[in-house]
Amino acid sequence: MTINLSAKESAPRERRLLSITNYCGSLRQLHGSACQGNLDNKERCFSQASLCNAACALGTLSLITDAAVVHHGPSGCAVTAIQVYNAKNQLAGKLHLDTSHSGYVCTDMNESDTVFGATENLRDVIRETHRRYQPKAIFIGASCVSGVIGEDLESVAVEAREELGIPIAPVHCEGFRTKVWASGFDAAFHAILTHIVKPPQEKTNIVNVINFFGSARREIEKIFARLGVVPQFLVSNSSVEQLSRLSESAATVSTCGTLGTYLGNGLEQTFGVPYVKLLHPCGMAGFDSWLRGLGAALGKETEVEVLLDEERSKYLLQLDAIKRRLTGLKAVLAMGPGFNFNTARALQELGIVIVHSSAWHFDKQYDDGQMPAPFQYLVDHSPNDFPVSVSDLQNYELMKVLSATKPDIFFSRHTGSTVWAMKLGIPALCVCDEYAIFGYRGLLSFANSIVDVVTNRSLTDTLAQRVKLPYTRWWLDQAVSGSAQELVQGQLDPL
Amino acid sequence: MTKLLDQPRYVCALGAMQTVQGIYRGVPVLHAGPGCAAKLASGIAGSNGDSGYISPQIYPCSNVSEKETVWGGEDRLRETIESALKIIDGDIFVVLSGCTTEIVGDDIANVVGEFSRGDKPVIYVATPGFKGNNLEGHEWVVNAIITQYLGKRAKTAPVKGLVNIWGPVPSYDPFWLGNIRELEHLVRELGLTPNTIFGEQRGLENIDRVPAAQLNVLVSPWLGLSTVKLLEKTFGTPYVHVPTYPIGAHASGEFLREVGRHAGVESASIESVIARHEREYYFHIERTSDVFLESRTMSRRFSTVSNAADALAVSRFLINDFGLVPAKQYVTDATPPEHRSLVEEQFKKFKYGIVADVVFSTDGHEVHESIRGTDYCGTPLIVGSIFEKKLTEELGGNFLAISVPLQERLVLSRSYVGYRGGLTLLEDIYGYVLRQFN
Repeated sequence: MTINLSAKESAPRERRLLSITNYCGSLRQLHGSACQGNLDNKERCFSQASLCNAACALGTLSLITDAAVVHHGPSGCAVTAIQVYNAKNQLAGKLHLDTSHSGYVCTDMNESDTVFGATENLRDVIRETHRRYQPKAIFIGASCVSGVIGEDLESVAVEAREELGIPIAPVHCEGFRTKVWASGFDAAFHAILTHIVKPPQEKTNIVNVINFFGSARREIEKIFARLGVVPQFLVSNSSVEQLSRLSESAATVSTCGTLGTYLGNGLEQTFGVPYVKLLHPCGMAGFDSWLRGLGAALGKETEVEVLLDEERSKYLLQLDAIKRRLTGLKAVLAMGPGFNFNTARALQELGIVIVHSSAWHFDKQYDDGQMPAPFQYLVDHSPNDFPVSVSDLQNYELMKVLSATKPDIFFSRHTGSTVWAMKLGIPALCVCDEYAIFGYRGLLSFANSIVDVVTNRSLTDTLAQRVKLPYTRWWLDQAVSGSAQELVQGQLDPL
Repeated sequence: MTKLLDQPRYVCALGAMQTVQGIYRGVPVLHAGPGCAAKLASGIAGSNGDSGYISPQIYPCSNVSEKETVWGGEDRLRETIESALKIIDGDIFVVLSGCTTEIVGDDIANVVGEFSRGDKPVIYVATPGFKGNNLEGHEWVVNAIITQYLGKRAKTAPVKGLVNIWGPVPSYDPFWLGNIRELEHLVRELGLTPNTIFGEQRGLENIDRVPAAQLNVLVSPWLGLSTVKLLEKTFGTPYVHVPTYPIGAHASGEFLREVGRHAGVESASIESVIARHEREYYFHIERTSDVFLESRTMSRRFSTVSNAADALAVSRFLINDFGLVPAKQYVTDATPPEHRSLVEEQFKKFKYGIVADVVFSTDGHEVHESIRGTDYCGTPLIVGSIFEKKLTEELGGNFLAISVPLQERLVLSRSYVGYRGGLTLLEDIYGYVLRQFN
């Protein structure tokens, strides 16, 4: 399984990674089915609004400091411009970066555009965007409308590239083309790999860090300095010039397998940049695995072991102490598969029992053809074969899971999903920051947050007593039966 | 001419889902792509929160995929509505279409029609993104509720003193909850009974009362005109159009007089309400006058960069109440061309014959260039959205974000409407001015 950079677009995950958005069973059943190749993507007869890949694709690209996004769609599609604008400025402000050569504009397609096409206007908008912002690259974002009416973004890009002399990349992120919104990350990275990254001229001591916003920037800089390398955080706050040289880096690591697979594997397969494909740095085992993987790629194994010993001597005693307070606590988590399985592992390190895990989708494999390492690790090490469901933000299903399992705490990672557990009287903690459980230090601080959340239940209790759920009695009373039984019961067999 | 949206300050017609969510126990049912709801909500409601009894993650949605774009999505819509009625505990279900389903030509009206005899009202509004902006979408939703729901119900006898208030757009106006409550408050002080359909515990029951009102009050430059006209045609209810929502003493006084006169309230009692408020209002203005007047950094001239409703209301307050002078005013909500003259006219009606130039533009870059090229004869005051923050810093001006996207402030029940609202707006403006000592 290799990434095909000669293709115009990255194939959706359903086809490329055999990803699914619908499953109900247990951790090891899911593993078994995945290994036997009989994971079918079923359809729901009822669904709630989820997300589209355009937000992931163009949200990612719009955080490059000196590139512009031209979104070829109606005004509503361009809300990504609103979503990223301030976060980008706040981040860039802290790092003293200039974002004046970036922008996010929209062709504001109207009814007549849907009939007559609007590539002429798209050309003009690209030209005008170039004139006003002088970006180093322009990404043309597709929309459902541009896709359905068959706008030829490729030819527009080719012509504009010739005229303006900068990379101009179409991004195929039509909202209807995949149910797995993470396919949008791949679409963004496909555009970067095919239009921005240049063949290496020299090797550098830079390590690519595929992440979201880099909140642990200082901590990672210090750790990497011990290994003689410098992190390049991707892609927020990076420039087109920095991106063009990703092929020269010494290695690539990622904080999330879902996010990193396309770029990490693409750089490895095309330019030989080693991609560390082990666990992600949540908690102890993850941190060990992540740093050892990087150490191996850099030939710095000894330095890594010294560093890990230091971390252990600093934090193990404290972690043991807090683990005593958390052992036996029951948790449900619902997040994308990348963070989900890494967070589950970290929670188990604290003695917390996972009673259900709901993943927004499930990748049977990553772009190296291998099953995601954090999932395999859980299958091999989890003390219980906990129930697993795959559901693309289907709240009505999650609410049944939460009512039936009645966990002590719920972990979310997605905007708008945290409060629903609290409405059921279950304290919830949103793991927004991708570095919230980073390494030994992160795990300790996260463990303390968990103690805080389950100790002071004031907001949860008062809210739960005063709100009504938006579901009918009929739905709430539906007995969980058949395969759905597995959704909530789970077998707590000792390994 | 190049059609270019830079720094979007509005969204597409499907953004009207927020109008449905704004009706307590109203359920938007989307026949649209999987990402529309979450994206639009984060754009409109943004930092102000988009959860509640219903939230975008609760919306039933057909999550249109490649299959429906090729084979059509009518069956998918049918099962979505069927299940929604069983699973979601709502009072009115409003099916909203997105771009793809309208382009591929699903007969949505027909599918929705199949549910017309059920226990719960199910109505349909075509809101594909390419057809209009979220303000137009808002109006289509409200009008659809009148024609498809209220129009089918038995006529109710008019209730004396009952007044419907229309104007603020749920979520898109970050102050909608506070503003609607404050408008209710003003109307109640006239001895009338206000009826509004948006916000906490205001749902179908309030919608059902709409036909019984003796008067419709529209507080908006143009949005909702077709609604009050429709109500007049359908139920014979007269309306009064107040083009700007009232901020501060002058506008609030005018609002009370205008509404009171149309509702048959005696002039003496209107004047006594106004007098009582003005005593309190000017007490504050008087006692804070040193701060207002003896500032090294307060502006004399200002621009608003906002939707027509906010631009107009804030300008009127700053000019007619607070003695500032307008530079250009920028209306950025893609006001439909047929309504622009209505808006322009209002910008010519300030005290002392003061007139403000209005620029309609959806191109934020162009707006910023124009502001950069303006001589404000001192520190400019820019009232707009977060997009104006960096610009104002660059110009050394005073800044306040009042419209979408807000981002760096949280609005719960705050309001700029009424007497108290005027004082609140001054607090917020001076909250910035006081940080700018030079």
